[in-house]
Parts: sequence; C-alpha cells; structure tokens
Amino acid sequence: MAHPAYYGIWHKLGSLLLKSSSYLVLLFLILPILVIVPLSFNAEPFFTFTEGMLRLDPAAYSLRWYEQIFTDPKWLLSIKNSFIIGIFSTILATVLGTCAAIGLARDEMPGRRFITALLLSPMIVPLIITAAGMFFFYSKFNLAATYSGIVIAHAALGTPFVIITVTATLAGFDMSLVRAALNLGAAPVKVFFDVIMPLIRPGVISGALFAFITSFDEVVVILFMAGPQQRTIPRQMFSGLREQINPTILAVATLLIVLSVILLLTLEWLRRRSQHMRGIEN
Amino acid sequence: MTALTLDEQQQARRAERRKRWVAFAFVVPLLVFIILSFVAPIGAMLYRSVHHPTVAELIPQTLSQLERWDGQGVPDEQTLNVFTVELQALAKERLSGKLAEEFNRAYAGMSSVVKSSARKLRRESPELLAEQGASKLLAMHKRWSEPELWFQVKRAGQVFTYDYYLTALDMEVTADGGIQSREQAQIYRQLYGKTLNMALVITLLCALLGYPLAYFLANLPDKKANLLMILVLLPFWTSLLVRTTAWIALLQTNGVINSFLMGVGVIDSPLDMLYTPFATVVAMTHILLPFMVLPLYSVMRGIDPSYLRAALSLGAKPIPAFARIYFPMTLPGLSAGALLVFIISVGYYITPALVGGTDGQMISNIIAFHMQSSNNWELAAALGSLLLALILLLYWVYDRFVGARNIKLG
Repeated sequence: MAHPAYYGIWHKLGSLLLKSSSYLVLLFLILPILVIVPLSFNAEPFFTFTEGMLRLDPAAYSLRWYEQIFTDPKWLLSIKNSFIIGIFSTILATVLGTCAAIGLARDEMPGRRFITALLLSPMIVPLIITAAGMFFFYSKFNLAATYSGIVIAHAALGTPFVIITVTATLAGFDMSLVRAALNLGAAPVKVFFDVIMPLIRPGVISGALFAFITSFDEVVVILFMAGPQQRTIPRQMFSGLREQINPTILAVATLLIVLSVILLLTLEWLRRRSQHMRGIEN
Repeated sequence: MTALTLDEQQQARRAERRKRWVAFAFVVPLLVFIILSFVAPIGAMLYRSVHHPTVAELIPQTLSQLERWDGQGVPDEQTLNVFTVELQALAKERLSGKLAEEFNRAYAGMSSVVKSSARKLRRESPELLAEQGASKLLAMHKRWSEPELWFQVKRAGQVFTYDYYLTALDMEVTADGGIQSREQAQIYRQLYGKTLNMALVITLLCALLGYPLAYFLANLPDKKANLLMILVLLPFWTSLLVRTTAWIALLQTNGVINSFLMGVGVIDSPLDMLYTPFATVVAMTHILLPFMVLPLYSVMRGIDPSYLRAALSLGAKPIPAFARIYFPMTLPGLSAGALLVFIISVGYYITPALVGGTDGQMISNIIAFHMQSSNNWELAAALGSLLLALILLLYWVYDRFVGARNIKLG
C-alpha cells in the first residue's frame, strides 16, 4: 500500500502491523488444511511427520493409504452412497428451491417475509435437533435407514442454499422480459425455459453445488438415521476418528480437499459468468 | 381522470388475485415439502417432550386408584393391592424393568426397590395379592411406605407432563407441589452456561481475527484481493470433517504441533491439547471464521475509502477517525457475521464430539447422549426444545436486523 503524505510514522507502523497480522490469520486458515496433504502420503501409520519425511526420503512416502481406500469395501460403499444420496437430494432440492425462489421474488407473494424465514430455517436449526426430530418422525413411516428417507432429509437441508443463490440472481432480473414474452404469445412453460432459465442458470447451478456439498458433507442426520447400508464418506470418517485413527482418513481428506478446490473454481467461474450476463463489469 | 367502472375495478382485483395465486403456486411445492419433511418432525419432537404415556400404559389401574388418594400418608390398601397385581403381571411379561427405569427417573433410587419387589411378587398367586398385596408390598421394602414415593408415582403417570423441562432446567417438584432447584449437581444449567460461554468466546475470536483481515482484504486492489480471498474460501468449501481431522492431526499428543515444539526445544514433554475445551474453541474458530470474514468483506468493499481519507486529511487522529467514521459503517457486516457465528456455534455437534473430550462438550452433545446412550428421548426432546427456542430467538433478531433474505454465500 502506498501511503499518502499526511500519514505519520504510527500510521505506517499500524498498516504494517495490519498487513502482517492479516497474513498470519490467512495462514491460520489455510495451513491446517494444507498440512493434511503431505501427511496422507506417510508410509507409517502416524498422524505426524516422521523423520524420514522431513529428510524428504522417498521411502518415507507411500500411496498405501490411497490403495487402502480403493480396496476396502466399506470405503467403496460409502463413496458410492455419498454420490447417490448427494445427487438425488440435489436434484430434489434444486427443482423445489428454484421454483420457490421464483415465487418469492414476486412482489405479489403473500406473507413473503414469514414464508422466506420458514423456508430458510433448515439452515439455522441446529442439525442435532433436526436429526433427532427426523429420526422419530421418519421411523414412524419406515423411512429411517432407507435411501429415500435420507435423500428427503438432505434435500430439506439443501433447499435454503438454492433459494438464497437463485434469489440473488433474480435480484437483477428484469420482469418485463417475462411480460414481453407472454405478450408475444409464448406459453408460460416456454417462457420459463427459454427466458427465465438462461438468465438465472448461474444461480441455479451454484445453488445446486451448495445443495450437493451440504448433503455430501452432512453427518449428523446420517449418524441418527442411516443404517449400515447407507454409510457415507463423512460417516465413515466420523467413526474412523472416534474409534481407530488411521491415515486412510487423511488420504480421504486429501481427496475431499481436491474436490473442494474444483468446486471453488467452478463457483468462481459461475460468478464471473453471472456478472457478465447481468452486465456488471468488474 | 376518469373513474374506473365497477366492472373494471372488479377485473383489476381479479387480476391482482390471480397474480398472487400464481406467485403462491410456485412456492407451494417446497412449502409442503419443508412442512412434511422438516417442520413436522420438529413439531413431533416438541410434542414428545411433553407427552409421555409410558407409565400410564404400564399401570393404568393403579393410577386410576391413586386418583382418589389425597396425598396424605400411604395410599389405601385397595390401591396397593391393585398395584401389586399389576406389578406382578409386568414382572411376568418382563416389563417391570421398564417400570423401574421410569420410576427411577421420577424418584431417584426407586429402580432397585421396584426390581426386587417385582422379583418377589412373581411367586405369589394373583388372587392372594388382590386381597393381601398391600401388606406384602409394605413388608418387602420400607420405602413403599414413603408418601413422597407415591406422590412421584402419581406424577410419573400423567400423560402430559412438563417434568422433562424441569429436569432440563435442573429443577424438581417437591411433595407439596412446589417447584425448586435440584439440590444435587446442576448439570444442565451449567452446560447451557458453558455452551453460551464457549459460543461467545468463539464469536469474539472470530471477530478479533476476522475484522482486521476483512479490512486488509477490502482495501487491496481487486486482483490481489481475489487471489487472497481464495485462502478464505477454500476452508469455507472444505468438508467440516476434513477440517476437524486436520485439527486432530495438529493437536494430538504425538501430533504436528507437539513434535514441532519438542523438536525446536520449547517444551520437553508433549502438551495435552486434544480432547480439551481449548481444542473445541480453536477448531471451531477455524471452521467458523469464514462466516465472519465474508459478510464483513462484502460490507467493507462497499465503503468509500474517501470518508476515512477526508477525516484524516482534515486532521483527525487515526484511531478516533477509524472508531467514529469507519467502524460504524461496518456494523451491519459485523453484526451479521457475529450473529451467524454465534447461532452456528451454539448448536454445534460434530467438532466438540470429536476434539472436545469430556470437558469440551456442548449442549448438542448431551442431547445426542440422551438420544443414543441413555435412551431418555423425552429429556433429549426437552433439552432440544430449549436450544431450539434460543436459536429461533437469535434467528428472529437476525431477521429483524440483517434480514434472512440478505444472507449471502460466497
């Protein structure tokens, strides 16, 4: 930062302090995550750097924990489950959430404030309460420990994110486009897919990503509701961390970090696209 | 201006109503879905916290006999006779253990009384018990002649009860019907206090670390700010369990931090950091910090730096200028972030469960304990309802001051 002439010595010192403390906080944020990556290549079953690793001895590194993930039927099942549950709950949450966001964006919507607060509440209510309530309730309908029950539960948790992201793209949406299309004789369904959808697509996709990651990362509801057949990656990690800590978890964690980097890049690309489409220049 | 005819007015009103229905029709599918999949389960849980028919189902006749009891002394012989017959029937169906557990919750120490009496009663003939059960029962254990015990039995038999809320608040009902704080350990109130305390510490830490960082990032040129924001967003997008795993790897007895400190020679023996409240606070601060930085950053981005520059060039000292010009403008972001962090941390379960040890547990963990281990679902429901009430109050505050619609992501 260049300093204007009226800045005194204390001010310059202050901004130096600000800069260094900010970098320290950034380190605090990122270092714990980065530490996992090299540890996952540890040849020994420890959660820390061995001497060999510090000497960069190639023999101290191995891919054995990665091999273990892809040969252990428990991990394979949980990976499959995470994707199945994640994908189906995302579809459900995205369709319902997008639809609702369009309705909520209209000024004519009765009781908008209350309904919005209600629809966003799954995001606010502590998961332990949601999980406890769902466990009792879904058991009554034989939905506990079934894929459909968990998909429904995860979809409910994901919809608030879809509403928020779609609402954000709708904020710059010009309703006269819809009126024009309708006036010109387009059927409402055609208007939805040909006029509204292309404009809000970035919001819908990022909402879907949020819904997916919500399900993909969710463990409390799974802990209470899922049977052994519906174990997901986080559930498997949770029991691993509780019972027998072994570096396979670090290998899984590294793969999940790669996944979140991909997600982050996709979202950044979507944000730029959305700004571009709405004519906001950076 | 020509007035509208009645017909036109009606038409306009009809069009207005139609529009409203169209808007509503878009929302209905999700509304129905959320009510069935989310609101109803929570409603059912609230109902469970006050509805408890178990005892009433186990000993219905004894309870209807107890209706006549005035609460003075031991209930009459007929009541006790009926009770022994019912207890014997339960013992034969292997349900007396359940009754013992229920009674024990209502009145400490009753479990063994019920169990031993049930065992002895099994040998008696039901006809004999119907006539002389009372004297046999009183002979089996001296505690059966305590009026307090029968008072609690009568209370436990109520189908609708607020007893679980009393337990959740460490209170109990005395024999004369008054409500008082429990004399023994005040577990739950203390736990609520600790949870709020920890959430407050985490929120303060997030604000302390997040505010300067957001300020620094917001005043950088766009390109550099976007680049550094990745360091905030990547943890935000990384799985919660990955971040918790990271802290376990760092804080363990033989973990990264201890090995480093011992390698450098700062300490001789490893520090106990994992499984302490310290671990919970550090890990949760790390996990929730992006929720503080993001709203602060977006508010600070929108503040014109020339305000502060104007104040400084007009001769204001840096600190007062910052405190009186800049800080008030960032309050919306600060309050949004702080409320969000506080709301999330009050109800947190996973991280305290994994890194907190016994002292680092929060209220969510005790709810999970009563759900999974002690099977006291009603108490779990009551504790959960109190937590929910607190969260909804905070959510209402958030909605009033920030607006639930204005929650931004990423």
